[in-house]
This record gives sequence, structure tokens and C-alpha cells, in this order.
Amino acid sequence: MSSMTKPIATTRSATGIPTGKLAVWWVVGSEIVIFGGLLASYVMHRLGHPEWAEYASHTNTWFGGANTFVLLTSSLFAVLAHHAAEHGDGKKAAKWLLGTCAGGFVFLCIKAVEWTIEIQHGYTITANGFWSFYYTAAGIHALHVIAGCIIMLIIARQAWKGKELQRVELIGIYWHFVDIVWIFLFPLLYIAK
Amino acid sequence: MAEASTIDTQGPHAHGADHGHHEQSFLSKYIFSTDHKIIGMQYMFTGIVMALIGGYMSYAFRMQLAFPGESVPGYGVVSQGEYNALVTNHGTIMIFWVAMPMLIAAFGNYLIPLMIGADDMVFPRINRLSYQIFLISAIVLIVSFFVPGGGFGGAWTSYPPLSASAEYNLTPLGATLWLVAVALEFVAFLLGGINFITTLMNSRAPGMKMHDIPMVLWMIVIASILFMASVGPLIAGAVMLFMDQVVGTGFFDPDRGGDPVLWQHLFWFFGHPEVYVVLLPAMGIVAEIICTFARKKLFNYKLILYTAFATGIISFFVWAHHQFVAGIDPRMANVFTITTLIISIPIAEMLFLFIATLYGGSIRLTTPMLWALAFLAEFLIGGITGIFLGASGSDIYFHDTYFVLAHFHYTFFPIAIIGFFAGITYWFPKMFGRMMDEKLGKIHFWGTVIAFNFIFIPLFILGAAGQHRRIYNFQNFPDLAGMQDLRVIATSALLVMLVFQAIFLFNFVYSLFKGKPAGKNPWKANTLEWTADSPPPHGNWPELPNCYRGPYEYSVPGREDDYWPQDVPPDTAPAE
Repeated sequence: MSSMTKPIATTRSATGIPTGKLAVWWVVGSEIVIFGGLLASYVMHRLGHPEWAEYASHTNTWFGGANTFVLLTSSLFAVLAHHAAEHGDGKKAAKWLLGTCAGGFVFLCIKAVEWTIEIQHGYTITANGFWSFYYTAAGIHALHVIAGCIIMLIIARQAWKGKELQRVELIGIYWHFVDIVWIFLFPLLYIAK
Repeated sequence: MAEASTIDTQGPHAHGADHGHHEQSFLSKYIFSTDHKIIGMQYMFTGIVMALIGGYMSYAFRMQLAFPGESVPGYGVVSQGEYNALVTNHGTIMIFWVAMPMLIAAFGNYLIPLMIGADDMVFPRINRLSYQIFLISAIVLIVSFFVPGGGFGGAWTSYPPLSASAEYNLTPLGATLWLVAVALEFVAFLLGGINFITTLMNSRAPGMKMHDIPMVLWMIVIASILFMASVGPLIAGAVMLFMDQVVGTGFFDPDRGGDPVLWQHLFWFFGHPEVYVVLLPAMGIVAEIICTFARKKLFNYKLILYTAFATGIISFFVWAHHQFVAGIDPRMANVFTITTLIISIPIAEMLFLFIATLYGGSIRLTTPMLWALAFLAEFLIGGITGIFLGASGSDIYFHDTYFVLAHFHYTFFPIAIIGFFAGITYWFPKMFGRMMDEKLGKIHFWGTVIAFNFIFIPLFILGAAGQHRRIYNFQNFPDLAGMQDLRVIATSALLVMLVFQAIFLFNFVYSLFKGKPAGKNPWKANTLEWTADSPPPHGNWPELPNCYRGPYEYSVPGREDDYWPQDVPPDTAPAE
């Protein structure tokens, strides 16, 4: 069954946008409202609880800043992978995708160290409302990073063989989205004190 | 299997004959199929099974209300905890596992490729994944009844703090399984929705322009967009509630800095658009049926379409009318009263446009047409009683009474049950190649619709008299104990309605094997699905059709036939 051919429906494009790209944008749209709901809940709580600023001051902006840098760099690699795929160079695209993946991995490692230190200081998920949001929001984001890395490895393998090169751009769209979510999380959880 | 072999002999597809029409095993043809028609039927049959389970639950708790404390035949004595679990899961099942799969997933999957002249959905395997996740979610929900502590009993709205802690709800596992099941169901419909939207946008037959798309498809796709745009905050809320239940955080616990009203906002921000998510597909089904059996063009196609979009947008600004007594700011209550009253305008307008479609038509009262007309009549009652509840002043009195309950059953029953019966009696010939029995269909129709009114009109009266929802035994309330007759009438009518469903099931199975062969186009309708074989083979057409005109060209002056199929090139007689 895995070898099934695509239906004619998949190859049609009444809008002029390739079907896969259209669908990824809808995925991103549905994700925006998920994170939107979560962050709106956080902001409402934050406005109602001035004391959360004190809790937030215990987050480590250096860790957060380093992760922002790592994630933005990995997004650059995703763009370079797309560039290579557009020129039909599957092998080069695969290499850049692996670079993007490595960025995701470094991001998760930094996160692991950061959380370990915080938990050792007693800032656990049940400590108070701020820390509940901190771990939940960043945790859901981290799950997206992991999912993105797994999909990226699969696409890199296909791209290496020169197959389905259009997917390099699609995973890039998703990865930029994951990146942008972090751009919102970083100031909300780390900088606003 | 005979089907598969006939396809092989048919001409090559436009994009090559590499379509993999090999002999399929039973498993790959019916269980792990990627064919949109099979997946649509999987959704439909799962929905029918869940409807029977939900109906059985209503039977058990209605019997308890009519005859408190007595043993219910086929169930036993209903305990307080069980009563709560039955009421909660009846609501949850009927909305998430009956209305949504039957109206959106079953008809959406079956109809979208057929009506736009495509061979399948754009992502068949995501489609299969969507159904599989949906099936798992249904199993998780049913399993939640058999775990220690029993099923969740905190109402389908699952308000914290009751739902957030096992200390309060006494169902440590049931509450969490309920939440997981609902979240999985959301994932299934997000996957399905992306498929629906992308397919309609990209895969239409050559020549099918925006305003040539049959209305039911627009409605299903607008509903999918509404669902996608509204469910996100509730998914976030479900994660937070899950953390409260399992990890012990305090997102919704006021003792620990949390806010229970936040859940209400997240829930109803989804929950109200959800009404339109299921309403619009039902409206679309009714539109198709009315045009076919009035032999008339849909009255003002574009206005109906834009009205549906407007309804969708307004539906995001009405949610707090569920929270008038939840301690929200009275100034906010004013705003939400106004938006809620505004949203009744486009819905009323659509009903008027349907009635205008009927005006002057040559109406044929077939079974699907009867269901479509019943939808207009019954939903009107649901809509009008909503005005009382949307106005914050009167809602303070009516809130959480049986008036509310009767109101939303007058909306959801026409949507989910009448809408489904309308659709299935109309498309049954296409799905299974045989006609349903008209006489049995009409008996079933009258038995169901009359009994339905006898269930819920007494409940309106009880609600106006102040009877509250979610109460186990009204004999404990001296002011309410005297109205027991009305409760017995409602329960008796429910029994009658349930018995009449056996006629439908019999008709369904009987017609499946013994019905009159339908041919391609038994209703003489215009839309593209009627140009395929009944039932359509894998791939739907030997050669995919083109589209030349809108879907509702009935009784066009100067034409011999009173219909003009979409795939017939201009200036030729319709092929039969």
C-alpha cells in the first residue's frame, strides 16, 4: 500500500498553488490558533497577576537567547536547503536539512540543561501558574521541534535520492513557523520581567 | 471484486493507467482502504453505531427521570454517578461522534471528490489516518465507561474545577480518558478538514468555477475552516486541563492562581462556532435536496454563499452568551447579547432563501424532500427559542433549565438526525446502487418527527417552569415534583422514536440487498456525482468529467428536459 500512486486529484491545481504547499499552509493556520489560544491565556493571566513578573525574573535569558540564535540559524539552513532543492541538487539539499536538524537537536539539548537547572532550584511545573505555563508552552513547542526533526530526516533521505524535492520547501515552511512561535515565546517567558 | 475487474477494462486515465487497480483483499478494500467512498462509509457506519449508543444512554437516563429509582429494562437501576456519566457522554457522543462524523466526515468524504469530478481526495492516506484516529477516539471514549470509577460525569462542557480534579469528580480515569478521546477526535477532524479544503480548492473538474460548486460542498468546506479556526484554543485548553488532571498544575484552580472561567472562554470560543460547523453542512444537504425536488434553481446562490461566510465570521463573536451567569462583566454581556441577536439574521435569511427556492417549484414529496422540509420547520423552532437565551436579561432566568436543553435539541436534532436522514435517503442510491423503500421511509419519517416534538415540547414547558438540568431525581424538589406527567410524556415519546428507528435500520439493510436498482441518476439531478455509476467504482469515472455550468439548472426555459447536468457540453441533449 505504501507504493500507491497519487490520485489525479492530487496533481490538479485549480488555484495555481501546488496541493502540498496549500495543505502545509492550512496546517500552519491550524497551529497558529492552537498556540494563539495558549499564549492568549498566558497573557490574560499575566495581566491579572503582577506578581508573575517576579517569578519570571528567575528564567535565564542567556539560555533563551542562545536558543533563539540556534533556532534562527537552523532556519537559515532550511532556506539554503530550499535553494539547493530549487536547483535540483538533492544531495546538497539533504545536507542542509541535516544541518537544520542538528540545530533542532542543539536547541533541545540547551533546553534540557536549562530545565534541569531550574527544576533543581525548585521551579517545577507545579510551583505556580507562571511555571505551569512556562513548561507547558515551551514543552508543546519542543514537541513541534522533535516532530519537525523526524519529518526532516525522512525528507532528507528522499532528497538524497533526488525524490520529492518539493517537500524540502514544505518542511521549510513548517520549520519557519516553529521558529516564529519561539520568537513569541522568548520575549513572553524570558524578557518580560 | 467484480468491480475491480471492470475498471481494468476501462480506458486509461488522463494521467496514465498506473492506477493500481489490482485485486484487493477484503482488508485493503474495506478496512485499510484509501478510497474516499469507503472512508466516508466507515465514518457513516461508525457514526450510526455511536448514535445507537448515545440513544441507548438517553433511554436509560430518561427512564430514570420518568420513573425515578426503578430498574430500567435493559439497563438496571441508574445510580447518581451513572446518571451523570450517561448525561455527559450522551451529549459528547451526539455532538463529536455522531453529528460531526455523519454530516462532515461521511458526506464530505463521499461527496467532495464525486461532486467536483475528481477521482479521490488529494491526500488519500491522510484521509485514512483521519478515520483511524477517529475510530481510536471512539474506542477510548467507550472504554472510559468500564474503568475504575466509571465514565466522566462533569457534563459535556467539562467545566473545571469539577473536571480538573478527581477529588471533585470522583472519576480519576474516566475524566482523563474523556479528555483524551475528545482531543483525538479533534486531531482526526483537523486532518480531514485540511484534506477537504485543499481538495475543493485545487482539484475541481476543468471548467468548474467558484460559483459552479454545489452548495453542500461549500458548506462542508466553510464548516471545516470554521472548525480549524476555532478548535485551536480548546486544544490548548485541553492540554492545560490534562496537565491539571494528571500532573497537578493549577491552570483552572482558583486556589492556586488559576481561573476556571478561562476554560469557559476557551471551550465556548470553540463550542459556539461548532454549532455552525454542524449546521452549515446540514443546510447544504437541504439545499441540494430542495433544488432537486422542487425542480428549481437555488434562489440566489451567491447570497446564500456569502451569508454562510458571514455566519461563520459572526460565529466567532458570540461565545460568551453561554456565560451570562458565570460572573462576566455586565457590559460584556451587552455586547454579546447584540452579537448573538445579529447572528440570527443570516440564519433566518438562509431559511427564507430556501423557502423562496420552493416557491413556484414543482415539488415532489419524496422521503428526502420530507426530511429537508422538516429540517426547515424544526430548526426554525430551535432558532426562535434561541432568541430568549441570547438576550442576557431573559437568559438569567432560563439559564441551565430544560428550556435551554429543549432549545438546543431543536437545533441539534434537525441538524444531526434530520440532516443525516435527508442526506442518506437522497444519496443512498448513489452509495449502494439501489433505491430505499419509499413507504417504509415515510413511515419512519413521520414516526421520528412527530415523536421528536412530543419529547421536547414538554421539556420547553418544564424549563419555563424552572426545572433545572442535570438533576438526578426531581421528586426531591417539592416545587417540581408535581409535573411528573410531562416527564413521562417526554420519555414515552422517546421510546416511540427509538422504536421507529428499527424501521430505518430494516429499510437500510433490506434496500441494500433487495432495493430496486437505481441506475446512474434516479432523481434526475444535475450535479456530477449522478453521472458516475451507482455505486461508483474505485477512481469514480473511467474518464473524469468536465464541468460546463452551475449545479442548479433545473426547468430552464426552452429545454425539453427539466434538468441540465453539469457535465453536458452546451447545446446538446442531456445523455441518459
